[in-house]
Amino acid sequence: MQEQLKAIQQEALAKVQEVNNLKELQAIKVSYLGKKGSLTQVLRGMGKLSPEERPIVGEVANQVREAITNAIEEKNTTLENAALEEKLQAEAIDVTLPGRPTKVGGPHLLTKVIEEIEDLFIGMGFEVREGPEVETDYFNFEALNLPKNHPARDMQDSFYITNELLLRTHTSPVQARTMKEYKGEKAFKMICPGKVYRRDTDDATHSHQFTQIEGLFVDKDVKMSDLKGILNLFAKKMFGEERNIRLRPSFFPFTEPSVEMDISCKVCQGEGCSVCKGTGWIEILGAGMVHPKVLEMGGYDPKVYSGFAFGMGPERIAMLKYGVNDIRQFYLNDSRFLKQFHQA
Amino acid sequence: MLVSLNWLKEYVEIDGISPEELADKVTRSGIEVDNVEYVAENSSNVVIGYVESCEKHPNADKLNLCQVDVGEEKLQIICGAPNVSQGQKVAVAKPGAVLPGNFKIKRAKLRGIESNGMICSLQELGFDEKHIAKEYAEGIFVFPEDAPVGESVEPLLNSTDAILEFDLTPNRADCLSMLGVAYEVGALLDKPVNLPSEEVHAGEEKAADYISVKVEDEKLNPYYGAFVIKDVEIKPSPLWMRNYLLAAGIRPINNVVDITNYVLLEYGQPLHAFDYDRLNSKEIVVRTAKQDETIVTLDDVERTLNPENLVITNGQEPVALAGVMGGANSEVTSDTKNILLEAAYFDSVSVRKTVKATGLRSESSTRFEKGIDPNRVKHAGLRACHLLEKYAGGKVLEGVVEFDTLDRSEKEVDIDTETINNRLGTDISSDEIAKILERLQFNFDRNEDRFKVYAPSRRGDITIFEDMLEEVARIYGYDNLPFTLPTGTATAGGLTKRQLLRRAVKNYLEGVGLLETRTYSLTSEAYIQKLVSNEVKTLNPEPISLAMPMSEDHKYLRLSILPELLKTVSYNLARNQYNLSYYEIGSIFVTNEKDLTKQPDEQLRLSGVLTGKWLEHLWQMENKKVDFYLVKGIVEGLFEHLELPLTVNQAQLSYMHPGRTASLMLNGKEIGFMGQLHPALEKEMDLKETYVFDINMETVLEEHHHEPSYTQIPRYPSVTRDIAFVLDNDVHAGVVQATISEVGAPLVKQVNVFDLYKGENLPEGKKSVAYNLLYQDPEKTLVDEEVEKSYQEIIQAVNEKYNAYVRS
Repeated sequence: MQEQLKAIQQEALAKVQEVNNLKELQAIKVSYLGKKGSLTQVLRGMGKLSPEERPIVGEVANQVREAITNAIEEKNTTLENAALEEKLQAEAIDVTLPGRPTKVGGPHLLTKVIEEIEDLFIGMGFEVREGPEVETDYFNFEALNLPKNHPARDMQDSFYITNELLLRTHTSPVQARTMKEYKGEKAFKMICPGKVYRRDTDDATHSHQFTQIEGLFVDKDVKMSDLKGILNLFAKKMFGEERNIRLRPSFFPFTEPSVEMDISCKVCQGEGCSVCKGTGWIEILGAGMVHPKVLEMGGYDPKVYSGFAFGMGPERIAMLKYGVNDIRQFYLNDSRFLKQFHQA
Repeated sequence: MLVSLNWLKEYVEIDGISPEELADKVTRSGIEVDNVEYVAENSSNVVIGYVESCEKHPNADKLNLCQVDVGEEKLQIICGAPNVSQGQKVAVAKPGAVLPGNFKIKRAKLRGIESNGMICSLQELGFDEKHIAKEYAEGIFVFPEDAPVGESVEPLLNSTDAILEFDLTPNRADCLSMLGVAYEVGALLDKPVNLPSEEVHAGEEKAADYISVKVEDEKLNPYYGAFVIKDVEIKPSPLWMRNYLLAAGIRPINNVVDITNYVLLEYGQPLHAFDYDRLNSKEIVVRTAKQDETIVTLDDVERTLNPENLVITNGQEPVALAGVMGGANSEVTSDTKNILLEAAYFDSVSVRKTVKATGLRSESSTRFEKGIDPNRVKHAGLRACHLLEKYAGGKVLEGVVEFDTLDRSEKEVDIDTETINNRLGTDISSDEIAKILERLQFNFDRNEDRFKVYAPSRRGDITIFEDMLEEVARIYGYDNLPFTLPTGTATAGGLTKRQLLRRAVKNYLEGVGLLETRTYSLTSEAYIQKLVSNEVKTLNPEPISLAMPMSEDHKYLRLSILPELLKTVSYNLARNQYNLSYYEIGSIFVTNEKDLTKQPDEQLRLSGVLTGKWLEHLWQMENKKVDFYLVKGIVEGLFEHLELPLTVNQAQLSYMHPGRTASLMLNGKEIGFMGQLHPALEKEMDLKETYVFDINMETVLEEHHHEPSYTQIPRYPSVTRDIAFVLDNDVHAGVVQATISEVGAPLVKQVNVFDLYKGENLPEGKKSVAYNLLYQDPEKTLVDEEVEKSYQEIIQAVNEKYNAYVRS
C-alpha cells in the first residue's frame, strides 16, 4: 500500500509540474484529493490494515497528502501571479496623455493686488471701509480742505453730474465719512479701496477710471515716525524684505506735512537703471500727517488728535510688480491678459 | 519751472556741487526735480573769430572762402553757411577741435582750396533746437560786436549751462522765480542769497505828469504801479539775457519785452510794457469788462469778454486783459519810443476765471493764479526800470504812479520744540530749530524753546503750525526721522461680514472656473437701457449722465454691468478668443430723479457672461459647449454655497432669448435673471451664442443669515426609487419636481431629475421626465409599505395635477 501511495504522489507531482492553467490545476486537485480522488480511494482501504500497520501507513498517507496539497498551492500561487501579471500588462495606459481638464478661474490682477494690500493692513489692525462712487462736492473736496475755487477741483479734471454731485476723484472722501461716523471720539485705523474717476484721455498711462487705496489712522499722539514705520512694514511685505523706503516732501491739500514715498528699485538694487530713470528709487505712494482742518471738519479736535493718511494706486503697483506696461490692459479684459494672473 | 544753474549762480553760490547732486538734494528736501538737461553737448577748442574777408569760392557757387582772425593766428576757412559775411564775429572750431558726436576738425581741401577749421552753427555745437533763437535756426551763429576774439565761445553761448526742471507742487509757487529758487537752494546748502540791483537814475520829469491810475475794485486789484520810461531804443537784448530766457523756455523778442520776461522769471512778478504813445490817453483805469466787450490780444485773436474778466483800460477801451495778456492796440513795436510799465497784483480767482473763459494761459497768468509775493511787486518794477535804463537806453521818470491797498504783512506762526518733536517722533534741539529757521531766512523771535516765526511774504503757503512743522522736518531731513510703530489705542482690523461674503462669492465663482473682469462704470446711450434687470426696472430708473462727458462711449452711469461686459466679449472674439467665462461684481447707479438732487443708490450686482466651449482641449470626450443648464448649474451652486433658497422661473426680458430666459427669485423677491442673449443682440454686438446671469448682490447679502450648526447624521439606511412620468411638453419639469417634494414630505428628502426623453415610443407632444427619489426616516429603518404608500400618493397627485402617467 505504501508503494501505491508513493506512486500516487509521484504521478500527482508530475502532473502538477506540467499543468499551466488554474482550471486544470483544480481538476488535478479534485482527481487526487477530492472525495472520489485516487488518494482518497486508497485511504479508504486503510481499514483493512492491521493495527500495527495502520499508523505507519497513516503517516505515509499524510505525508503524501501534504506533499500534493503543497505542490498544488504553490502552483496555484504561481499561476495566479502569472494571470494577474498578464491582466496588469493588458491594462497598461499612456500616462502622458492629458488629464481631463477642470475649469480654472481666478481674480482680476487689480483685485489680487487690492486684496493683498487689504490683508497686509488688516494684519496691522486696519479695518476695510467703502464709500459711494457718486460723491457730494462736500465730501470729495470741501471736507478735505479743497474749498470752492481751489485749482485742484477744476471742472476740467472731474466728472461732474450736477454742481453738487460728481464721480469721486479719489477715495479720500471715505476718510471724511469715517471721521464723521466716529464722531470725533474714536481712535481708528482704516483703509478704503475703490474705484475713482478723472477726466483723463485713456492712453498707456492714463485711464478715466482707475482704483485707489487710501489709509487713515487717527489717535492721540500719532507721530510722523509712526507713518514712516507703518509704510516701511508695508513696503517690505509688499515688495520684498530687501527693499528700502525714503520719504520726499510733496503737497496734498488734506495733509501737512505731505510726503511721497519711494522704494529702492528692485531691478538695479538702487544703482540706477531705466526702470527708475537712473535714480535708484521708484515712487509708490503719497502720504502725510492729516491736515488740522480736515481733522476739525471731521469732528476731531486737532489739539488732542493727530493722524496720518496715505494713498496709492493699485494699477501703478500692479504695473511695477508684474511689469504690465499699459494701464488699459486692466480694463480691456483680454482673456490672454486675465489668464496670466489667475494662479495662486 | 526751468532753472538755469548759470543764472542761479547770480544769486546763490552753488560751486562744488554737480547739477545732478543739486537736483537730488532739492528733490529730497523740497521740490521734485524731474530732469537735468545741458544746453549743449561738450565740444572743445571752439573760439570766437573775426571774419576779415569773405569771398566766393572760385570752384563752388555755394561755398565762401573766409579769412578769419582767431587771436593768435589767422585761418583760411571755407564756409557753406548762407549768412556768413565779412565783419562778423563767429564761432570757429580750430583744427584739432572736437565737436559733439566726436566729430574731429582737421585741415582739409575743399574743391582744391585748403580749409583750416570750421565756422559753426549752434546745431553743430550740439545745441538743442529749443535753445536756438529763431534768427540762428538756419546758418551760423553771429556774436555781438564786442565779443572777445580768440576766447572760448562757451561763456557767451552759455553752452555749459545745466537746466533743472522743477516739478512744482501747487503750494510752492514761490519757486516760480529764480529768487525763490535761490532761497530754497540757499536753505539746503546753507548759503546766503544775493539780491539783484534795482538802482535807477531817475530824471527830473515825474511819471505822475504822464499818467494817472484808477482802480475800481480794490479786491480784484489791490496794487497797480505804473512806471514811465522815455526814449527807449528797441533792439535785441544782451546775449546773456537771451541765453537765460532760452534756457527758461522763453523765446527772446526785443530788449523791452525780454526785460519784462526776464524780471518775471527773476522775481516771479509778471510785468507788462505798453507803448505809451499808443495808449492815446494819460490815464489807466482798471475795471471789470462790460458784457460782450471785445479786445484783440497780442496773439491777434479777438476775445469777447464778460463782467467776470478784469481789464486794463485807457479810460475808454481795454488795452490789456489783466494778468493774462496785453492788447494788440498798445503793443510794443520796433517803433516804440516811450513805455508805460505795469507792475500789479491781481486777484488769483479773477485771473483764473479769465483764463478759463478765454482759454489763454500765459507765464503771467500762471503766476497770478498761484499767488505772487506782495512785497516783490514794486521791486520788480524797479528792477525792470534798472534794466531798461541799462539795456534799452531808457530814461526812467521820477516816481511810480500807484494805487495801493495791498496787504504785505508777514504771517506769524508760533512753534515750540516739544510739539515739533512730539509730532515728528524726533529729538531735535531748540538750537537746531533756530539754525533751520536761519537757513530758511525766516525772521523769528526766540524765547528758549518757543519761537514766533514771521513767515516771509514770498512763502504764502506758510500760515499754520503744521506748515512750519513741514519746513523744519524737510530741512532736518525725512531720512533722519526714526521708524516707529503706533503705541496708542489697540484696534482690531478685519473685514466686515459683507466684505467676507463678497470674497466667498468671488472664491466660489473662481473655483468653478470663471475669470473676474473689471469694466467701465460709464457706458453709452446705446447701451444704458439694455439688459436692465426687471426688479431694477420697477424702480423706474432715470439714466444718470455726466454734465460734460469726454466721449459718447462713456456718458451714462451704468444700470447693468452686462453691456460693458459684453463689449469685452466682442473684443476678445475679434482676437480669436472664443471660449470665455467671465464675471464681475460692481455697482450700478439707480435713481428715479430726472434731475439729480441727491446721491443715487449704488447697488452691488454680480454679472456673468459665458460663451463658446466650457472646456477646451478634451480628447476622447465631447467638447462641451456652454449652454443654459451649465450656467444655471453655476448659479444654483452659488446659492447652495450660500445656503440660500433659489427659485428659477421661466421669464421674458428685452434683449434676451424669449424661450431661454429665467428670472431668479430669493425668498419671494426677484433678484435677477439668467439665460441666453437674444440672437438679434448677439448679431448686433458680433457675439456668438452667449449666456448671461445678473444678480442683485444687495439682496443676497441681506438675506444671508447662515450660521451652520451640526445635524445628526442619519443612523438608518435610506431607500431610493426611480419614477418616470410622461408629461405634456409644456409642463415644466421643475413644477412636477416641486409637487413630488411636497407630496412626498417628510420622508422624501431629495428629488433629482435624471433623464429627459422625447421621441419614439412616446405620443406626439409628450415627454418623459425621470426622477430619482431619496426616502429617509431619521428615527427608524423604513419599511417597504411606507415607501410604497408614499410612492403611490405621488403618482396619484402628479397624475391628477398634470394629467401625467407613469412610463412603464
